[in-house]
Amino acid sequence: MSALLSRTVSTDSAAPPTAVSDPQGTAAMPVSFEALGRSFSSKAGTHTVLRDVSFDIQAGEIVALLGPSGCGKSTLLRAVAGLDAPSTGTVSIDGTAVSGIDSRCAVAFQEPRLLPWKSIASNVAVGVPSGADAARRRHVVKNLLELVGLSKFAGHRPREISGGMAQRASLARALARNPAVLLLDEPFGALDALTRITMQDLLLDVHAAEPTTVLLVTHDVDEALQLADRIILLGSDGTDTPGCTIVRTVNVPGPRPRDRASSELAGLRSSLLASLGVDGH
Amino acid sequence: MTNLGNPGATGNSVFPTTTEGFSAMGVTTLTPGAPAPGSRPAQVSTNNGSRWSNGWVKLGLGMILPALILLAWQLSTAAGLFSPVQLPSPRAVFEAGTELISRNELFSHVAISTQRVLLGFLAGAALGVSLGALVGLSKIAEVLLGPTIGALRAVPSLAWVPLLILWMKIGEDSKVTLIVIGAFFPVFTTVSLALRHVDKNLVEAARAFGLQGLKLLTTVQLPAVVPAIFSGLRLALAQAWLFLVAAELIASSMGLGFLLTDSQNNGRTDRLLLAIVLLAVLGKATDALLGLAEKWAVRRWS
Repeated sequence: MSALLSRTVSTDSAAPPTAVSDPQGTAAMPVSFEALGRSFSSKAGTHTVLRDVSFDIQAGEIVALLGPSGCGKSTLLRAVAGLDAPSTGTVSIDGTAVSGIDSRCAVAFQEPRLLPWKSIASNVAVGVPSGADAARRRHVVKNLLELVGLSKFAGHRPREISGGMAQRASLARALARNPAVLLLDEPFGALDALTRITMQDLLLDVHAAEPTTVLLVTHDVDEALQLADRIILLGSDGTDTPGCTIVRTVNVPGPRPRDRASSELAGLRSSLLASLGVDGH
Repeated sequence: MTNLGNPGATGNSVFPTTTEGFSAMGVTTLTPGAPAPGSRPAQVSTNNGSRWSNGWVKLGLGMILPALILLAWQLSTAAGLFSPVQLPSPRAVFEAGTELISRNELFSHVAISTQRVLLGFLAGAALGVSLGALVGLSKIAEVLLGPTIGALRAVPSLAWVPLLILWMKIGEDSKVTLIVIGAFFPVFTTVSLALRHVDKNLVEAARAFGLQGLKLLTTVQLPAVVPAIFSGLRLALAQAWLFLVAAELIASSMGLGFLLTDSQNNGRTDRLLLAIVLLAVLGKATDALLGLAEKWAVRRWS
């Protein structure tokens, strides 16, 4: 399994894949959050998860959202996809506000969420925009399966492949949409450490080939440092106002791929962990 | 997976009205969608007790009890325990069958009854899936239609007969309509309940990729409830045979139900028993065919 993965990834890195999803290419788009807040009402009262979140993501930038569990990272991401509507404030993609499911975004969830009765190829095809004809659909699916190293498993069902492979299929499905904004909700969180590293490299390869805007939700500081141009830390700001907001923004230095053992990153890592309230030995 | 045993053979209107009843039948055991990431899901093992899963062995074992009943029947009638009017011998029943075949009557009784059941079953099932999908997926439809459909389901089947005859006369329409009513409710109830339990994550993912409405229904929601649909279909088929006899007993000049009343009026217990055996065999055979389709479909959509 890991042998297969590393072979796939190393061939990919040796010859970066060319744009696969669309010959015209959809341009990466900027995203901006303006005073975004989200609270959930229940019988017990109103529970505020997010408040006053304002920041901009440039087109083609990779931004990691970091924070403790329950701080609204996923809620923020779902607001961009249009899967959830904010209580206050707006999210705009390329200047137009998001309302309802937004076709400019594609999401890869924490779980692969593949349809168990469809083959891997058919599952990836679900991501291809509905306007595409059959030949184009096949072409896109074939290229993407090649990109994520699943060509041999095109006809398999999701239950017949490993968790890491399923997650790669889920990533391919998101890429099939040729999104202007790629939303990743802890996509590697449930994978084992080795598979996670190869998946991160794969993501960087994909981004190099198709520099789309990426918003990545993660609780893994190392992952954020490895992948992101910028890290946005969500958390409680220490006041009595309920709800999480941006507590810190960090620009990650150095071009990717970054040396996982660099001392500069190690310092940043400790400091980020401290911000998260963890002792970064 | 959704082994209902044989709901067709009892002929009783055994239809659970509670959610517990459904989950007891495995109706809500839907595919949980994507496997837990990072872990290989266990291979689905269908081979529990290979000795019992061989089709022919199972069939042979299942025939033991009918053979014993036949034997007891033969012995008791040969010993003269019953008069021929009370219980004719198996041989007399068999001869009643050959006699009806030679008069070209048996086949038309069976054919018209089967035709009524199939027409009513197909129409009722189609209606059940459509309305079940509507009520299962739309809160508004549920609030608007749910109470009415629930009240209609509470009407005993025989209560419809006089009204249907008044409206549609004593023809095929009134009988098939009664069977449509009988087949509709099991499918409607299982489908509308099961659709509420479709893995929300799968539906959300599909919506995020732009699927909605009918496309979402046919791509994600209906395939996810295939096992439940088939549970409903098998119950509906049993109900269809039940309602067939109800329709034919009261107003008909052909069919197995007619054969029952006609034999009763003429004191032909042999034909009466023949009709009962034929209903048992036909009900079981159609249910077995549907069971094969179910096996295929569950393997295809899980």
